[in-house]
Amino acid sequence: MSTHVPGEADRAAAPAPLRPGRTLPGWVRRIAAMNETWTFGVLVLLVAFFTAARPDTFLTRYDITQIATNAAIYLVLGVGMTFVIIVAGIDLSVGSVLVLSAVLSAEYTIHHGGAGSGWGTVAVSTLIALVTGVVWGGLQGWLVAKAKVPPLIVTLGGFGAALGLAQIITGGQDPTGAVSGELQHSIGFGKLFGQIPWLVVIAFATTVVFGLVLAFTRFGRYTYAIGSNPEAARRVGIDVDRHLVKIYALTGLLSGLGSVMWLAYFGTTSIAGHSSDNLKVITAVVLGGASLFGGRGSVLGTVIGVFIPAVLTTGLIIMDVQQYWQDVAIGIVLVAAVYLDQFRRRGRERG
Amino acid sequence: MTEPLLEARKVSKRYGQVHALQGADFTVRPGEVVALIGDNGAGKSTLVKTLSGTVRPDSGQILVAGVPVELGSPLDARRHGVETVYQDLALAPDLDAAANLHLGRELYRPGLLGRLGVLDRAAMRRSAVTAFAELGVDLRDVGVPVASLSGGQRQSVAVARAVAFANRIIFMDEPTAALGVVQRGRVLETIRRVRDRGVSVVLISHNMPEVLSVADRVEVLRLGRRVAVFEAAHTSVEELVGAMTGALDPVPAEPGPTGSGPAQSSRNGSDPTGSDPTGSDPTGSDPAAPGAAGQPSAPGKPARPTPGPEDGAL
Ligand SMILES: Nc1ncnc2c1ncn2[C@@H]1O[C@H](COP(=O)(O)OP(=O)(O)OP(=O)(O)O)[C@@H](O)[C@H]1O
Ligand SMILES: [Mg+2]
Repeated sequence: MSTHVPGEADRAAAPAPLRPGRTLPGWVRRIAAMNETWTFGVLVLLVAFFTAARPDTFLTRYDITQIATNAAIYLVLGVGMTFVIIVAGIDLSVGSVLVLSAVLSAEYTIHHGGAGSGWGTVAVSTLIALVTGVVWGGLQGWLVAKAKVPPLIVTLGGFGAALGLAQIITGGQDPTGAVSGELQHSIGFGKLFGQIPWLVVIAFATTVVFGLVLAFTRFGRYTYAIGSNPEAARRVGIDVDRHLVKIYALTGLLSGLGSVMWLAYFGTTSIAGHSSDNLKVITAVVLGGASLFGGRGSVLGTVIGVFIPAVLTTGLIIMDVQQYWQDVAIGIVLVAAVYLDQFRRRGRERG
Repeated sequence: MTEPLLEARKVSKRYGQVHALQGADFTVRPGEVVALIGDNGAGKSTLVKTLSGTVRPDSGQILVAGVPVELGSPLDARRHGVETVYQDLALAPDLDAAANLHLGRELYRPGLLGRLGVLDRAAMRRSAVTAFAELGVDLRDVGVPVASLSGGQRQSVAVARAVAFANRIIFMDEPTAALGVVQRGRVLETIRRVRDRGVSVVLISHNMPEVLSVADRVEVLRLGRRVAVFEAAHTSVEELVGAMTGALDPVPAEPGPTGSGPAQSSRNGSDPTGSDPTGSDPTGSDPAAPGAAGQPSAPGKPARPTPGPEDGAL
């Protein structure tokens, strides 16, 4: 994290050129050096393996749709988590914020027509979910940036508090009539052009927009800079604190969006069903090549990282393997991916 | 004698027990190269940070062109045309050289995209290539992360960044420490060229011959205070070292406090009792040297411990 102190060895040496290039052309080396390339390789291997094992059932259109739908909400959460992890933070609260947003929006729906309510209720309840996420996330960001409480602690607290609030509001039971039928039939089960589930479309749009923001805009560049060396960012005049607040607010916003997608698809708040969302999402982001020390990662990597567990799940089910093996497999893949990454990085970096 | 471009008056800064700056004065005149020297821990980097808006002094005054200013953030210093090469370089290792050069000063695409905050990476890369070429830095590829550059190359990136944007003053905190012979020569050459462009350069260095070869004036900091000012043309390495270590202080001192170890902080209070910064020269401890107390007025005329006839008056 800290800047690299110039090594003694460089002293009095002639200007050191970049290490002698291998014979490969630059773009090949650059692609090979990208984390996404390697993770994508793993994904391709998995798909190839399952396809070979069950050529007639795996990778049918039904499967692909199913995998994408299952991955959609994690993808949305993962996009936010990517920003947080690049900035050298962590957000353990995503699942609970999703639940709290879902519960607050459900409360509104219940009192404004319930399952039979119309688009007006849908609009307001959606807004409530998004605002809840932004406010909660922004508050956590403020605590991280201004109060200097470590993000692990802030969001661990947020994780418990948001879930607790959701349980207080609902008495611990998932309320009935939480979602408007309109929302469920359009966004939840509907398909764009009768082909692509709306859930997937929303996730895809979110991913593309924030992927572009991260890769091509000032906001993205500052995210990498702060994660890479916050002091350097401060010294060049970047408002580090404000940027951190924005980033945590963004994860909150996307958790809110995730809650709307969840409600639309499942029709219930599932208060008890999100306690491990955070770990799943962090796993995906790290699989995608992001560094928990900050400064590295990409939305594209996260997309791949989300699909590896999704493909594994579907593949193992198709192969009639007991489902719990999936967790074992993901654990191994995660540790192996990070190990390989460190290994390559040590070869690449000096000092 | 021209009016100082930048002036620090009685600047103090404490870090807990450590009194890093104890009423330090410092002067930069227009279009000069002034070296700021002092032993390890003398407070040079801290002084630079207060003058570049990174660290807020506890007390004291900073004047730009005679006007008192408040440097609340690095942006304030930037607005006054001040750029800094920090001792720790302050680069983002995961970003490439071009991105680091433009960090906080990004170029945007024209039109709507630019207004949406979309960066013009090609333009930044081009301007980075120009900046590095001007400095004679041999970067094969401005697109690789700074983390994978050599120490010297990183230092060159930091220097190039400051040179590219400064229009009044550049602070360089040991910019040549990690550089090879050729590269060091280029940086010194750059310093002269920048000076000829009318930009003042403050050079911090432990390399005395280097200091004497490039600087017009030398200001010496010891224990957080300015203790001497020299005209570089009329001084010698011995004199500089003497002023830095306190060896040339006129009044012979009682031995320094025993067991003070390597710490350079003065023992409590504002009196610089003589913990010898070098820890090697038993004669070097200084009493409350008259030079250190200094006539606070006359910014260009600080008290001098060694009234050697050969150092032209200031
Ligand atoms: N952030 C900090 N926190 C605590 N103490 C500090 C901090 N920065 C500097 N100091 C202390 O202030 C004193 C002066 O430090 P400074 O870095 O200004 O010295 P320097 O003259 O630049 O030394 P060097 O030649 O080694 O770079 C030292 O005793 C140092 O320990
Ligand atoms: Mg220093």
